[in-house]
Amino acid sequence: MERREFLKKCIMVVAGASVPLSALRLIDPEKVLAANPDIQWAFLVDTNKCVGCGFCVKACKTENDIPFDAHVSRTWVERYVYTKDDKRYVDSPDAALYGFTESRIDLGRGEFKEIDPDNVGKAFFVPKLCNHCSSPACTQVCPVGATYKTDDGVVLVDRKWCIGCGYCIMACPYAARFFHPVYHVADKCTFCYHRLSKGLDSACVNACPFGARKMGNIHDKNDPITKIIMNERVGVLKDEFGTKPQAFYIGLAQEVR
Amino acid sequence: MVGQIAQHAMEVHGEAWTIKELFTLPNEYIYWSIQIVMYPLMTGLVAGAFVLSSLYHVFGVDKLKEIARFSLVFSFALLPVAMMPLMLHLQQPFRGINVLMTPHFTSAISAFGIVFLTYASIVATEIWLVYRKYFVQTAQGLMAMKNRGFVDSFRMMIFQALTLGAWDISHEAVEKDHKACKIMAGLGIPVACFLHGYAGFIFGSVKANALWMTPLMPVIFICSAVVSGVALCILTYVVVQEIRKYMAKSKMSRWAKDASAPDAEELEASKHAEVMISSNYLLYFMIAAMTLEILDLIFRGYTQVKSWDILREVIMERDFVKIFVLQYAIGNVLPFIMMILPGRTVRRTTIATVLVLFGVFMMRYNVVIGGQAFSLSFAGFMDYHLPIIPHNFETFKEGLFGALTVAVTPFVLFYFINMFIPAFLKEDSTH
Repeated sequence: MERREFLKKCIMVVAGASVPLSALRLIDPEKVLAANPDIQWAFLVDTNKCVGCGFCVKACKTENDIPFDAHVSRTWVERYVYTKDDKRYVDSPDAALYGFTESRIDLGRGEFKEIDPDNVGKAFFVPKLCNHCSSPACTQVCPVGATYKTDDGVVLVDRKWCIGCGYCIMACPYAARFFHPVYHVADKCTFCYHRLSKGLDSACVNACPFGARKMGNIHDKNDPITKIIMNERVGVLKDEFGTKPQAFYIGLAQEVR
Repeated sequence: MVGQIAQHAMEVHGEAWTIKELFTLPNEYIYWSIQIVMYPLMTGLVAGAFVLSSLYHVFGVDKLKEIARFSLVFSFALLPVAMMPLMLHLQQPFRGINVLMTPHFTSAISAFGIVFLTYASIVATEIWLVYRKYFVQTAQGLMAMKNRGFVDSFRMMIFQALTLGAWDISHEAVEKDHKACKIMAGLGIPVACFLHGYAGFIFGSVKANALWMTPLMPVIFICSAVVSGVALCILTYVVVQEIRKYMAKSKMSRWAKDASAPDAEELEASKHAEVMISSNYLLYFMIAAMTLEILDLIFRGYTQVKSWDILREVIMERDFVKIFVLQYAIGNVLPFIMMILPGRTVRRTTIATVLVLFGVFMMRYNVVIGGQAFSLSFAGFMDYHLPIIPHNFETFKEGLFGALTVAVTPFVLFYFINMFIPAFLKEDSTH
């Protein structure tokens, strides 16, 4: 075969083979597993069941070393009261750590508002916590990568690497983050990752006497929580930010932000 | 562990200066306080001072030669101070270096180290090129000196080091410096704008914050940065010239021994010319900055998206005095009128620059603090109370005295830098 002929054929083979070969991709088993991990944690709140006892907040603070007298909390409960004359009141005194033991609404600055029970149109409680978003704004903005999302869907903070700039706190649309009063780094709900990884429920789920808080693996189609999320009408908070929250709510009112 | 923690007096970061009203979420505080107001203010001054110096070096506005050299040196003095408020603000300042060690590139802040260091090296290079001839001449002069004292020996060592071994000051070599300097200044303008535009991006990209989130933010920041930088350079330049005039009159220091030193009349004449031209540029940039800020406000009011109700209450009611009286009226409109009225004098311009600086400070304040004045629930407000008398380190560094420390440092640095890189040189040792 002539050299010219040989080169011509080589080019033809390479060009011809490159098309079907480009359809093949090398598969990295680790990547496949990460894309479809067995576990993807999600939270389910049934607002109809919440009575505002605050046990979840107490359990959370105890379990996760958040001082009781520090005015921050990884989880909290909000009370919404709508009056018949079309006024809306919301409060969450001490993040509902001690429950809602008073009927008057906390207006801040030490002021309170007593509402005539006959004037109450509707009222309900909404427990809140970190939504462990699928596209979290907080992990995106961390300048040092100290906060990150685990493969099983939990957003965590590395206390040894956080520089305490507060950018993640600013970026979170849910105000789920704060500075830990003792460690002086960003802190947030971890879904009690230390308990989850041992097969236990998170502290708040465990403490709720009414089953208003539940957790499940949404990659498991047979998980009862997954079934509820898949089959019933559930909502998420502030979906307009595109963070894809993984805490789902039953009975969410549109005024809840 | 729980018991141990409970013994601490529990004050959460932000609690000392935040007053909450109506419904705010439990974790909401004004986390970014006065130091984060100082951060864009200081970076803005750095960028603005540099842009003023570039007007001469790149665009050849010859009449600005003296104030341009002054701005360049002053920009160098401001440079380390741009980082200071960030360090004072960090909860873990010793880990600040992590931003350079493990930058997480999806974050706007992660680029800070890179952008900042690039900019710093550009300014340092430019200064070196401008002053190389002076360094060599001074070092040679000191080396030729007999009976050198301790101070002069020390100065000689410093100047020898500053030459970086480049002793050639022939005409061709200096011409080469000049060319290189022009390139560095040209390169410096986009980098300076990037440095500050990026500070605007840090705020503008926070989607959770209804007030901050606008793509106009970086552009607004760049314009107001140039405004503040030029204003501060004019102000400092006038003050320094006044001091030099006083020294010339009373024949102090250099004026006592050096016959070629400029006399008071010469100083006054050059001051007048430079201030008049720089203030023209100040006016142009003020128009751009004000237009953009007003555009942003009108756009928000016109589109009236979900957040407008609470923003309107913050802007039009709660912060009305801070925004419309202090920032726009006193900080923008008044100095603008003062400068465009016929018969402008140096004194009037100087007073105007003070007002302009105040206006830019208020703009930063209204953006940073105003952006945190309302709750994410849109149902409550947070009031900021600047800590004045500190009761612990945190209320010092994030209080009035912390902010003043940041504000004073560039002038102290300028004093020392000026010893080796004199901002005012009559002789033609620089270009």
